[in-house]
Amino acid sequence: MSTLHDLIFDYTLRNVALGGMLLGIVAGVLGAFAVLRRQALLGDTLSHAALPGICIAFMITGSRESLVLLIGAGIAGWIGTWILLRTVNATKLSEDTMLGVVLSVFFGVGILLLTYIQQTNNANQAGLDKYLFGQAASLIAKDVATFAILGIASLSAVFVFYKEFKLLSFDPEFLASLGLPVRRLDLALTSLLVVAVMIGLQTVGVVLMAAMVIGPGTAARQWTDNLRTMLVLSGIFGGLAGLIGAVVSVQANRLPTGPSIILALTVIVMASILFAPEHGIIADWWRSRTRRESFKRALESGERP
Amino acid sequence: MTSGTVILLTGILCAMACALPGTFLILRRMAMMTDAISHAILPGLVFGYWLAGSANLIVGAVGATAAAILTVTLVEALQRTRRVRGAEAMGIVFPAMFALGTILISRYFANVHLDTDAILYGNIEFSAFERLVWSGRDLGPQSLWVMSILLFINITTLTLLYKELKISTFDPELAQSLGFSPVLIHYLLMLLLSVTTVGAFTAVGAILVVALVIVPAATAYLLTDRLIEMMVGSALIGALAAIGGYWLAMGIDSSIAGGIVTMAGAFFGLALLFSPNQGLVAQRHRARLNKQRFALDLLVMHLFTHERTADEYSESSLGHIGAALHWSPDEAMRTIQRASDRGMVVHANGNVVLTEQGRHYVQRLSVMNRVQVQ
Repeated sequence: MSTLHDLIFDYTLRNVALGGMLLGIVAGVLGAFAVLRRQALLGDTLSHAALPGICIAFMITGSRESLVLLIGAGIAGWIGTWILLRTVNATKLSEDTMLGVVLSVFFGVGILLLTYIQQTNNANQAGLDKYLFGQAASLIAKDVATFAILGIASLSAVFVFYKEFKLLSFDPEFLASLGLPVRRLDLALTSLLVVAVMIGLQTVGVVLMAAMVIGPGTAARQWTDNLRTMLVLSGIFGGLAGLIGAVVSVQANRLPTGPSIILALTVIVMASILFAPEHGIIADWWRSRTRRESFKRALESGERP
Repeated sequence: MTSGTVILLTGILCAMACALPGTFLILRRMAMMTDAISHAILPGLVFGYWLAGSANLIVGAVGATAAAILTVTLVEALQRTRRVRGAEAMGIVFPAMFALGTILISRYFANVHLDTDAILYGNIEFSAFERLVWSGRDLGPQSLWVMSILLFINITTLTLLYKELKISTFDPELAQSLGFSPVLIHYLLMLLLSVTTVGAFTAVGAILVVALVIVPAATAYLLTDRLIEMMVGSALIGALAAIGGYWLAMGIDSSIAGGIVTMAGAFFGLALLFSPNQGLVAQRHRARLNKQRFALDLLVMHLFTHERTADEYSESSLGHIGAALHWSPDEAMRTIQRASDRGMVVHANGNVVLTEQGRHYVQRLSVMNRVQVQ
């Protein structure tokens, strides 16, 4: 009861829980598409590629506003993706290699800039490194409001372009044959993923963002074969992980929020892989056992199974 | 040795040691495994430090290597359930391990010698000050020992297993039929990668290890198709990046690891643009040449088709050619100019006429492309 009370009236807990949930829902829905399109690790690369963007945005504007820095992050992530796709198309380097190259080089440049900013003794600089590990406790109501606007905008986009994104994920050739702009839709869906990553940086940080993108979709896929259900489930799983992680971390003293969210999510993923009624490992094992037994019975009684 | 020399040497040795296994990871399309391993070793490192009661190098390294092997095994076990693809398995396992490590640090080892920033980008800056002391004697900077041993291990292993790795990378079926197990080789490579990551982790941190493993090898791959050249090249590029990055970081007074990776990235960018075979500039140049060549072929074919026909005069007029072949007047003029430079056509009085050489060229072209021209 007291948790519920705190959730409503405790300023920090409310912000952290809302921030975590928002992130979980948005990253869950958009991550589901990434998983279906075999771009699971793109989220990982995007979040790392964001760092130089944050630094450059700060160097240009001198502002510490989340929105300003996150726009920088988004632009850098976007450029990184562009380089990635362009290079994979034009050279013999595989996507896997380019994910690693973009991820690590952008991050390295980001570290160079970050330490440069820290050396130049700017009184305003403190706090940029919270994007590395995420610092959900530093979320203020205004950040959460920003996330909410970004999140609602990107989820609305998914709602409006649902059919197009569905075709893009399952049958892009058919989409092209309908005369729809495949490349532009591809770009739009990737940009929405960039938005999800922007929301995640301050909450769970660069490293853990990968799981926020992959986890909910992977868990949801175990429960259903229907895209609409999968997206809803993915959002719910993500939001649930965000909420549980946030509450646990604030209630249990000195437990960092980002890692708590990720561990909650990992439990959901593992549970889904094990216990999902249709695709789950246990259901599978149970089915093959019953089949084996009935076959054995049939053999013994000499009837056709 | 001055502190600067130690840092520079550490950087060079580390970059070379990382780049060598990177070659095979790229060829086997397993580059992101480095990313997974480098993050996932954190809980093992913390656990090792906890067991030893201090930031003990060897116990920490054993714990970290164990965590790395656990990660590889978990990723493959998840994949084998056939419910999760490889990339997804990685993206689930390594954040979970990293989260576990971060929680362990914040909850139990808040005062242990493990700076959270150093996890991400290392502290090569202090490499001169951490000495290796053996029974009271100072044997020099610890990082130099670690990196030298690492480089030695990697060179030795890759030399001994060169043939096996090469065959199992390019032709796993052949490897199997020759009697050595691709699975065993895979795990050996993973073990080597784990040891390398753990060794380099202390100097450059979790994410920049990924850069040192992947980026020099990817750069070398853009420049050559030969395996041995790629290996030597990636080690050289790594070493150059370490030297350049050191000076870059010194120049603007910021993270040396960041500088090294930035330099490696710059080399990659240069190779991506200017590699003679794979480079974007060379590709664009080739595409332009092809386009010009095709336009030239089209022009002489057009003239040849209409030669000695009733509409020869109108079809070969300067104005009409562009319209017939859907070229802009500019493009048409340039193509005609190129053809006349090669002596295939002459143009006079507003008309373009094939020369004997041009006719000969068309005949050769039609033989080559197996098309019947008249």
